[in-house]
Amino acid sequence: MKNMFLAVWAYRFFIVSSIKTEFKSRFVRSKLGGFWMVLHPLAQVLVYALILSQIMRAKLPEVDTQYAYPIYLLSGIIAWTLFSEVLNKSLNIFISNGNLLKKMSFPKLALPLITIGGALINFFIFFIVMFIVFGFLGHWPYHALYWFPLLVLITLSLAVGIGIFLGTLNVFIRDIGQMMEIVLQFWFWLTPIVYMINIVPEKYHTLIMLNPMTGIIMGYHNVLLYDKAPDLSLLIYPSIVAAISLVLAMIIFYKAREEMADVL
Amino acid sequence: MSQVLEVKNISKSFKDYRSEWQRIFSWFGLKTKPTEEHYILQDINFSVTKGESIGIVGKNGAGKSTLLKIITGTLKASHGSIVVNGKIGAILELGMGFHPDMTGRQNAFHSAGLMGYSLEEITNVINDIHDFSGIEEYFDQPARVYSSGMQARVAFAVATAFRPDILIVDEALSVGDAFFQTKCYERIARFKGEGTVLFLVTHSIDDIVKHCTRALFIKDGKIELDGSPKDVSNRYLDELFGKQSSKKPVDKPTNILDSISKGIHDLYYTRPGYNKEEYKWGHGGAQILDYVTYADGKQYPQTIDSKSETEFHFKVLLKDDYEDLTIGFLIKTHDGVYIYGTNSHLLLEGKKKLSAKKDSIHFYKFILPMNLNAGHYLISIGISTGPQNKLIPLERRYDSILINVNRTIGFSGLLDLEANFEEEQYNA
Repeated sequence: MKNMFLAVWAYRFFIVSSIKTEFKSRFVRSKLGGFWMVLHPLAQVLVYALILSQIMRAKLPEVDTQYAYPIYLLSGIIAWTLFSEVLNKSLNIFISNGNLLKKMSFPKLALPLITIGGALINFFIFFIVMFIVFGFLGHWPYHALYWFPLLVLITLSLAVGIGIFLGTLNVFIRDIGQMMEIVLQFWFWLTPIVYMINIVPEKYHTLIMLNPMTGIIMGYHNVLLYDKAPDLSLLIYPSIVAAISLVLAMIIFYKAREEMADVL
Repeated sequence: MSQVLEVKNISKSFKDYRSEWQRIFSWFGLKTKPTEEHYILQDINFSVTKGESIGIVGKNGAGKSTLLKIITGTLKASHGSIVVNGKIGAILELGMGFHPDMTGRQNAFHSAGLMGYSLEEITNVINDIHDFSGIEEYFDQPARVYSSGMQARVAFAVATAFRPDILIVDEALSVGDAFFQTKCYERIARFKGEGTVLFLVTHSIDDIVKHCTRALFIKDGKIELDGSPKDVSNRYLDELFGKQSSKKPVDKPTNILDSISKGIHDLYYTRPGYNKEEYKWGHGGAQILDYVTYADGKQYPQTIDSKSETEFHFKVLLKDDYEDLTIGFLIKTHDGVYIYGTNSHLLLEGKKKLSAKKDSIHFYKFILPMNLNAGHYLISIGISTGPQNKLIPLERRYDSILINVNRTIGFSGLLDLEANFEEEQYNA
């Protein structure tokens, strides 16, 4: 297993190069080029910030701005986007690279790293754009920003863990990928992103907290909206789930890696 | 240590399970029986020492590619072990992973990265890659504007930018033009000189004899023969074109047609050299039942020496009365280039009409010298009726016969135009 990771290290140039290629190829033939990388998230942020702030003027406790709800929504969306992008891509990672895996011998674990790298860049741009727009709205949540990397780490671990675990099985049982698309839709609405957890009837709270994304998203809310440290006690459970899913993913991947090319 | 590769008792099977869950349980030691297990390779044993170059021949589906994939490590053997000392470079498919919107240079960096090299290592050889590819300023243009040959050039240049200890070339070199192929083989020869082991998979027997010191003939997943390129290629040709049943020179039969004269059944497909990928069509007013090829005193010759007078006899059943029949004949290279086509009308200069009565059997022959370069060629035959400007095809059997032309003294190109050469004496 150690060799598996060493091999990935030897392929670091390929990983970086793949991430670059992915972005370059997306924009190389457009006039505005890399600027689109900023325009897309900017449009999304502006829609939420400008339009929703006019329609949904609900004030949130503790926050003293008419933009409270858009900020709440965006803090959750940015976390969910990172989570679902990595999870979705990991689910199909071996299938979509099937041809490569059949023809070339290279460490397969480079593939998830490429996905993570790409998603992180998207996330980072989204974050910068969002932060600047927040600034224009008079909201500068910088006091607890140093907690951010931890939140991102837990989000990524959970997404990669579940993604690789199911992505490996998906090579053999293709229904898993299809099923997860549906599951993810439910999952989004079962996580307090669009709504606040306090509007959910009390008796369902334990159920909502069983969702590992709940604690994570509430962490993002704390940092980006309430400008304070995340509630660490809420992060313990998601971290454990993430760690377990990562271990399971490694085990199943390790067992499956030799037979994978046979069925691709 | 001079042993570069050792393959011990390799078998490869693909397993089918009733449910894929059973496969997954089997990884965790649960005893599940696959419903079906197809063996692609069985008990492959061989070892290779430094500097050997090994040709691999076998029909499609014999297991050649699977074996190579196991050596490169993309597939894992089901049983047996494999020991590799050194780095493997594989050219399984040229241009694998080339991105159309990236330039040749960017793709070169990327593909070399896929082979596991670092930025620094690649930067050191990028100029070599550019030079070797010979595509000049196209190197900095997006790959989507490349011809397939240009793409192959860059890909080969990248794949061989670093000398591997084992180089695997799988039918990849047929893409480039003759000039580039020569360049590739020069580079391969240099690598061999420096100790690289070459695995060459190709359907061109010629290349195996020219470039290899040893050859493996793989048949139905087993090594049928491991020996000198000459022996192996002969054996392989036996397999392809049917064994020369009578090694003793046949007395020239009094009539070649004796062998195909009997019956009115279609025996075409039973003959040595018959190509089952033929394309047969026509409205059915005639049936081309049988054929015999004849050259150098042999019927159905396994190889035809270049320049030999070669005869193609065909037996045709006509199902109606016809006044004006035309028999067509065409030779193509195995990759589809038309070399020569003619027909009875042209050859008889229109002076004589071929006619036939209903349900009669006729024999037709074409005789021509095979002034071709070494290689495989496909013969097409057709019979039509009607005036030349309104031919109605009765039956055509395109690409139905495969012949193999052999040549000791080579030349480049397809046709031997029989040039002469001498140095001239001239005192001014």
